[in-house]
Amino acid sequence: MCKVNIYITLKEAVLDPQGKAISDSLKDLKYEGVGDVRVGKYLQMEMEQTDNMEEQIEEMCKRLLANPVIEDYTYTIEEVV
Amino acid sequence: MPLVTEITPEKIEMDQLYKEMGVTDGEFHHIKKLLGRNPNYTELGIFSVMWSEHCSYKHSKTLLKQFPTEGKHVLQGPGEGAGVVDIGDEQAVVFKIESHNHPSAVEPYQGAATGVGGILRDVFSMGAKPIAILNSLRFGSLQNSRVKYLFKEVVHGISGYGNCVGVPTVGGEVQFDDAYNGNPLVNAMCVGLINHKDVQQGIAKGVGNTVMYAGAKTGRDGIHGATFASEELSEDSESKRPSVQVGDPFMEKLLIEACLDVIHHDALVGIQDMGAAGLTSSASEMASKAGTGLKMNLDLIPQRETGMTPYEMMLSESQERMLLVVEKGREKEIASVFERYGLEAVAVGEVTDDQQFVLEHKGEIVADVPVDGLAEDAPVYQPDSRTPAYFEEFQNQTYTPEIRNPRNVLRSLLQQPTIASKEWVYDQYDSMVQTNTVVRPGSDAAVLRIKGTDKAVAMTTDGNSRYIYLDPQTGGKIAVAEAARNIVCSGGEPLAITDGLNFGSPENPEVYWQMEGAVKGMSAACTSLETPVISGNVSLYNEAFGGHAIYPTPVVGMVGLVQETAHITTSDVKQEGDLLYVIGEASPEFGGSELQGMLEGKHFGQAPALDLETEERRQKELLSAIRNGLVSSAHDIAEGGLAVALAESLFKEELGCEVEIEGDEVTELFAETQSRFLVSVKPEKAEEFEAQIPEASFLGKATNNERFHIIRNGASVIDEPIQMLKADWKGAIPCLVKSEG
Amino acid sequence: MKFAVIVFPGSNCDEDMYHAASEVLGEEADMVWFEEADLKKYDGVLLPGGFSYGDYLRSGAIASVSGVIEQVKEAIKDGKPVLGVCNGFQVLLEMGELPGAMLRNKNLTFMCHEEELIVKNNGTMFTAFYDEKETISLPIAHGEGNYYCDNQTLEELKRNNQIAFTYKNNPNGSTADIAGITNKEGNVLGMMPHPERAVEKLLGNDDGLRIFESILKHWRETHAVGN
Repeated sequence: MCKVNIYITLKEAVLDPQGKAISDSLKDLKYEGVGDVRVGKYLQMEMEQTDNMEEQIEEMCKRLLANPVIEDYTYTIEEVV
Repeated sequence: MPLVTEITPEKIEMDQLYKEMGVTDGEFHHIKKLLGRNPNYTELGIFSVMWSEHCSYKHSKTLLKQFPTEGKHVLQGPGEGAGVVDIGDEQAVVFKIESHNHPSAVEPYQGAATGVGGILRDVFSMGAKPIAILNSLRFGSLQNSRVKYLFKEVVHGISGYGNCVGVPTVGGEVQFDDAYNGNPLVNAMCVGLINHKDVQQGIAKGVGNTVMYAGAKTGRDGIHGATFASEELSEDSESKRPSVQVGDPFMEKLLIEACLDVIHHDALVGIQDMGAAGLTSSASEMASKAGTGLKMNLDLIPQRETGMTPYEMMLSESQERMLLVVEKGREKEIASVFERYGLEAVAVGEVTDDQQFVLEHKGEIVADVPVDGLAEDAPVYQPDSRTPAYFEEFQNQTYTPEIRNPRNVLRSLLQQPTIASKEWVYDQYDSMVQTNTVVRPGSDAAVLRIKGTDKAVAMTTDGNSRYIYLDPQTGGKIAVAEAARNIVCSGGEPLAITDGLNFGSPENPEVYWQMEGAVKGMSAACTSLETPVISGNVSLYNEAFGGHAIYPTPVVGMVGLVQETAHITTSDVKQEGDLLYVIGEASPEFGGSELQGMLEGKHFGQAPALDLETEERRQKELLSAIRNGLVSSAHDIAEGGLAVALAESLFKEELGCEVEIEGDEVTELFAETQSRFLVSVKPEKAEEFEAQIPEASFLGKATNNERFHIIRNGASVIDEPIQMLKADWKGAIPCLVKSEG
Repeated sequence: MKFAVIVFPGSNCDEDMYHAASEVLGEEADMVWFEEADLKKYDGVLLPGGFSYGDYLRSGAIASVSGVIEQVKEAIKDGKPVLGVCNGFQVLLEMGELPGAMLRNKNLTFMCHEEELIVKNNGTMFTAFYDEKETISLPIAHGEGNYYCDNQTLEELKRNNQIAFTYKNNPNGSTADIAGITNKEGNVLGMMPHPERAVEKLLGNDDGLRIFESILKHWRETHAVGN
């Protein structure tokens, strides 16, 4: 069994009003060093290990998990014993 | 609360562990007597939630009995999930209001969201399609950053849940006062529509029938929520966060569809939602109402988490769950209805004849208690009552505000958050889904047409707690009368009310005195306006941090019938040249007024007087004038008096007015004298209108010069551009919400 | 004309869409549960608003890969009119039948009120009854209606005359004030505002009815030939 960590973020060109609100709020709290904040999604998925699993994950991300028009994705695979 | 299945009945008694569950010494001994032995931990948990204020009304029962609950339209009074009122053509409205104050104080988004979810289930478990949500909210001062956070998140929570389930949030009220700084009030009301023949009951009839569980799985959320809702808030409440339930509006939407399907299935015997005290209260109440017993196998309960104890399962307040009783042998038919919506419905027990509530877990009996012991034999207290010193003092005061510049006073009044436009709030609610909303939020009452008929229903929530604080009995009358005024102004005939009683600790004799007075006043008004109480909710112990009780806040949710859609009336003056009238004279009454709060920073003195005969007469006359097509707009004169009512009525069309007043300027403009209406009439209808309502006094005209112009003795008292007043009124809340801090 | 209103789990404007098409427009319509649909029987497809699958993951995303979608694609290929409103628009975007994507509203809150729209293209089968550049008013009710596309796509939309409606006072931050777009072929319209909520004077506004009337007109014209 594997644990797949999928990170979905808004593309750089896409305005992220939520991230901006969070960044502004952190600055209000006097964390002056804070710059841009981007909000994304993190998915934890259990998956059986197979030879083509990377291919499958790529496909899942493209078909459903991320919207390629506005979102990028990355993922890592951890083996769970 | 740790996992404590291993705690023995003896230890519970020796270490007085029952006290942790909010059970008193006296109540513990009563339980022992009922069982003839010591309760085990699960049984004690079951008693503790069933005997909590929230489920048993132990401190308010004797008061609630005073409410008139019967009337010619009432089909189902208090006692079921919600009340039912006839609206003709074999149709009825089902409605109820419920509070979610304590959860909202701790986790405002989920607290408010699950408050909406709960009240929806109360209504659709009756078999009714939910057609509208209203709410009644109280917050402290918006200058306070914690209050601002609570306000924003409560609104987000209501919007997040209500919008997703597809029931329009059509109206309500929001008031702000320092009295609610630590303890906001979140009351949600739901109105449903039903055909008479479809009305369901939550009963477990028919020995041998199967008990089924439908909807979301049970997790550890909300354990002891019902007792939590009956305790005063303390610094610890923040750390009690896990106690707050998380709502899933998508699941609720599916559950609504499935339940409205299943009620047409002849295998269904009874249905009830799992609200406060979850499985415990739904199961035991269904058995108690039917005079039966009930046996459940807890291993069959769908569980979201592993290793849950019987105690946890029975007290969980996981949301979006229903309990059904179905004819034996037909479980599959019922399950398949739920399956279509991707929901699980499973058999978990059966109806028995021994009037015992029996729970089995892993082959052992883990609870065996008499059904009536939980529901019928709950303790009833008669708390002490004492007239507070403040009341005597207030009764001897007369208060006359000193005003130099009425123009500035009006502008400031329009910016008081309680008066200012609530558009920032209701813009976040989907008020139009289901396409029935004729009058949207912002008028006196919301009005929804009933598809397939020419009828409509008007609905509102009201309750000015300042008056009730000054004088509970008079204030209680005013709360009901004001709700009725709003219904009448919209063209409806008031039918019935649901009450949301929010008070401090009943164990404080002065708070109990407030409860007594308010209930007495409300009952008197309900009787005289023929609007019986058909459902309701009691929320006590609203005292935050160190015994600072909220203002006594009974909230009235009222529904009225509009006979023909042509009668639907709004508060907006429609066009230039329309004549303006006021019904009812002003007296110098400023106790508890918005003006007093603004000038003095507190409320004192006498509440405005209310004469129920005058109230009833004026409401009937106005409604009949509306039905006769004589009235273009109608607005009740409430917070801020005539000047505010007049300005509010002109904002939508941005009309001006030319109005002449006589008598004392401050009284005429700002007094909050009761039973008064501002009405506009087309010139060609003036004669007939005046003949029908001789009491109406002519004020002036709506103009197209966009100036709000008030004249007294030939001199201008106020002369302002209407757009400027509108900007004050519209901008106040967004400005406070956005401001720093 | 016979309409199918597709009902996904969580759709909540399905009944309103049905009411507009059947009771108000007076044509045949069925509410079709997504798993039980047979779209061959219908002349037009209406994808209603609401919160399909609770808007979990992304608005419209899960619906856009559900079982009925292949049939919706077929209907589009066959040239049948397909109207997606609000969540229905989001589903069409997620399906890739319309270009672009939806982001959260600029102010991050849900908003529900009437907005003024400008009819940009009255040459479509959905907008024939409007005048070009006419200002109409329709209710909006959404939290994620901030239409996004890149510059290249925007240029294409303009070039192909695919922008059907724009907001007069952009409420949500949409690129180029876009409120509704069609596909290149012109038989798919996606829009955030709710025409089905504005079909009766009693509710204060019937500006939306002309969308349904336009669809019907087009259907009658194209089907009169064969009769």
